[in-house]
Amino acid sequence: MATTDAAAHDGIRAEASQGTVVNFGFWLYLMSDVIIFSMLFVAFVNLSTNYAQGPTGQELFELPLVFIETMALLISSLTYGLVMICLRQGNTKWVQGWLLITFLLGVGFVGLELYEFLHLAFEGYGPQRSAFLSSFFTLVGTHGTHVTFGLIWILVMVGQVAYKGLTPAVASRLTRLSLFWHFLDIVWIAVFSTVYLGGMYR
Amino acid sequence: MSHSPDTDAQGGSEATLGSYSVGFILAIILTAIPFAVVGFGLLPRPEALITVGVTAVIQILVHLYFFLHLDVSREHLANTMTGVFTALIMAVLVGGTIWLFYSLNYRTMMGGG
Amino acid sequence: MLGRLSLQAIPYDNVIIMSAVALMAITGAVVVGATTYYGQWGYLYREWLTSVDHTKIGIMYIILAFVFLLRGFVDAAMMRAQQATAGPGQSGYLSSEHFAELFTGHGTMMILFVAMPLIIGMINLAVPPQIGARDVAFPFLNSVSLWLTYAGGMLIMVSMALGQFGTAGWTGYTPFSEQAFTPSTGVDYWIWAIQISGIGTTLTGVNFLVTILRERAPGMTLMRMPIFTWSALITMVLVVLAFPALTVALGMLSLDRFFDFHFFTGDMGGNQMMYINMFWIWGHPEVYIVILPAFGVFSEVTATFCNKRLFGYKTMVYALAVIAFMSFGVWVHHFFTMGQDALRNSIFAIATMIIGIPTGVKIYNWMATMFRARIEFKQPMLWTLGFILLFTIGGMTGVMLAIPGIDYKAHNSEFLVAHFHNVLIPGTIFGMFAGYTYWFPKAFGFRLDEKWGRHAFWGWSIGFTVAFMPLYVLGAMGMPRRMASYSNPEWTPLLWVAALGAVIVMYGIVCQIIQLISSIRNRHRLADLTGDPWGGRTLEWAMSSPPAEYNFPVIPRVHGIDAFMDMKENGTAYQRPAEYGDIHMPQNTAAGLILGIAAFVFGFGLIWYIWWLAILAGLVMMGAVIWRSCTDDVEFTIPADEVKHIEDERFRKIALASQQTDVIDSESRGRVNIDGEPLSPG
Repeated sequence: MATTDAAAHDGIRAEASQGTVVNFGFWLYLMSDVIIFSMLFVAFVNLSTNYAQGPTGQELFELPLVFIETMALLISSLTYGLVMICLRQGNTKWVQGWLLITFLLGVGFVGLELYEFLHLAFEGYGPQRSAFLSSFFTLVGTHGTHVTFGLIWILVMVGQVAYKGLTPAVASRLTRLSLFWHFLDIVWIAVFSTVYLGGMYR
Repeated sequence: MSHSPDTDAQGGSEATLGSYSVGFILAIILTAIPFAVVGFGLLPRPEALITVGVTAVIQILVHLYFFLHLDVSREHLANTMTGVFTALIMAVLVGGTIWLFYSLNYRTMMGGG
Repeated sequence: MLGRLSLQAIPYDNVIIMSAVALMAITGAVVVGATTYYGQWGYLYREWLTSVDHTKIGIMYIILAFVFLLRGFVDAAMMRAQQATAGPGQSGYLSSEHFAELFTGHGTMMILFVAMPLIIGMINLAVPPQIGARDVAFPFLNSVSLWLTYAGGMLIMVSMALGQFGTAGWTGYTPFSEQAFTPSTGVDYWIWAIQISGIGTTLTGVNFLVTILRERAPGMTLMRMPIFTWSALITMVLVVLAFPALTVALGMLSLDRFFDFHFFTGDMGGNQMMYINMFWIWGHPEVYIVILPAFGVFSEVTATFCNKRLFGYKTMVYALAVIAFMSFGVWVHHFFTMGQDALRNSIFAIATMIIGIPTGVKIYNWMATMFRARIEFKQPMLWTLGFILLFTIGGMTGVMLAIPGIDYKAHNSEFLVAHFHNVLIPGTIFGMFAGYTYWFPKAFGFRLDEKWGRHAFWGWSIGFTVAFMPLYVLGAMGMPRRMASYSNPEWTPLLWVAALGAVIVMYGIVCQIIQLISSIRNRHRLADLTGDPWGGRTLEWAMSSPPAEYNFPVIPRVHGIDAFMDMKENGTAYQRPAEYGDIHMPQNTAAGLILGIAAFVFGFGLIWYIWWLAILAGLVMMGAVIWRSCTDDVEFTIPADEVKHIEDERFRKIALASQQTDVIDSESRGRVNIDGEPLSPG
């Protein structure tokens, strides 16, 4: 009996340490993503005054819209935190519930961003208009694409929680999704500060 | 070991509602300040840009600590160290490029346009 | 329906290209035909294409590298022939467009499809066993990386038959690589070949960082890791932090080309220098990505064949780390002439020169290891000695080019071409050949023939010297690089000498092919029964050759540097454990292969504007990732009985080998040894 307990314990520890290894790997992937975004920021900062006689950021950006986007993403960070808390309590229903709420907030964010992009494009200020707008659309759009992939991932996880329950493997994946989601919120802080707020003064 | 998965051991989070709430409230404040300063034009240009920069950096640190749980505890040390190293390299690359192109644009007038 | 792809895309009228295509088609048909004739498709699929085993993945990387080494070499030889025959009054035999494709293809292939797969292949072969692990941390991800690299390589192969390859140089400088100047498919092939394989490489970086940091055997602290593993660890830090810059630069360039963005265009506010800056933010660390693992191989080889502990282990590690860190702060020396002020140039020049110091430390450490040692002049050691001599010259011309004043004169000249070949061939290529001959018996269970190996070494060393020393002189005489034709008669004789050098290198390559064939035929005579053919010092030699799927039946415990040497000295190296346990290993999966094929189709669709195909392939990739991410049970179990059976066989071979030891000693040791002073241990 004692030996089986020890073996079972070892098995659980192996499982847990496997989770740690995967999380560390995912974290390192995020570090490479940091470099991706820093290159996009470098390009934006360097090209942000190359208007080519086109409009400036000050003329285009709508701060209230950006503020709502920011709030949507920030609140979704909190709701994802609640996913993790419910996960620890083993509360399957609320894990799914908060995941869905996070999903809706994310959809709101992406929707507002799409609205902004289409609005600009229809007014003739698409990414082809100037180097400034190319770098603006690419930087903000890359972040938006990341959020979109995060949304797909959330849906996949909702499905996994429904079919498999909160198994260690599912819990481990939810932990990585949490890293991803919070990471995207951090990138957004840099985006709204550099692109939108900073853009008001260029 | 009960059925509730032990996320601590998986390097996840020892998150509590308390720590998330503190982080969230700080983040709200640190978002509201720069938006207010810029949106309502409360400060002149240099001071406003400094405010935006400083609040952004603080807010990033708040997120890293309260949401991503980066600290120097044993299970998070590797993540924190790699994060710090990445930040260092990022600073070299971003800072170096901006510094370089400042000179280039000044001397060739390629910027602006 | 097919975008801009039509039958006109096939270059019928170019005899040279069409014969190359025919050769490629025949080779492909022979491989497919032979596989079918011998009924090996099932074996190939089950044991190789879907494998997640690090040894097999390593071997497949190295096969890819050798195929591209041949292609890259043919390109090089064609360029040498063209320049020798394109002097004043002559026109050579190639159009300038074709010549541009050759130098673009040569550089791209040699860096990204020869050097990179070689180092990643060697790391796959050697690193997991060196740290006492059964496999990498993420075996499936490893397979994905492999097939993404193959996808990129296949795009380059296809570019020969359909459309053309890039003409903008392997660096693809803007604005020339923009749509306005180069609207053909060439630059798009170039972009997507390296974009797709580059993403695979980034994933490899993550994989090996985690493997080395988290999967080491008990007792193996960081400061007890073999130097090759250290070099792999530090290389992978560079990969993870540098490759994303390439991804972004290429991504922006493709946005410019596809959707009329203005990042690097000449108009609408674009800044072409931003591309060059970003390319070298990746490109300079990339230089160290391809050289540091070679340094690691040389360290292992020197210690093994001098039968001594490596001199200055700690300084080796610190030197690697300093080189890697500094490599992020010197990228500007690739474009001193851009137009920034002298202060910026001076700072980046000084940083560049400082890198010479830790590199010098390493050279001295290798020399100190050899000092008064009883050196065994086997093939890996020959490559190492050749490296030390020739690489030092390349390093010194590098320090010369680091001086902005000289660089203003010499950049973009043949002097530069001579310099970087002088570091990349004796550095990376010799290092990987040393690793190839050193670890070949580990991967296949028999050694490579020594005689043909020595011929290959001399062919490469002499050929390299004859081919590239004239280029230094030509550069000093003012010859620019990448000339399809020229009007200065003084250059012609030296270019003929360089072409002769290429012929001598070809002799080396032919010897390597003969060596491989002859070694396979004599595999019983060359068999490595013990798993330790060289008297190795690190843990990979504690496994059988070729290694069992699980590498180690029982994970070894490490007590110091040179773990296997310790075991041999303590008499614990060949002890049998009391009992074996079940071993869990990752299952093979087709998901990596599917992702690779889909990535190839994705790239092909984008290059030819076949948008529906690209979207379809993108959806397949996403589906494969989601499918795989939902799979929980990815392991299988090797029962203890089977482990015991495999290990019994291994010990039977070792016993057999000890009966033959006398024969092996007199055959392989006595003849090639050169006795040093009897002062050194061993």
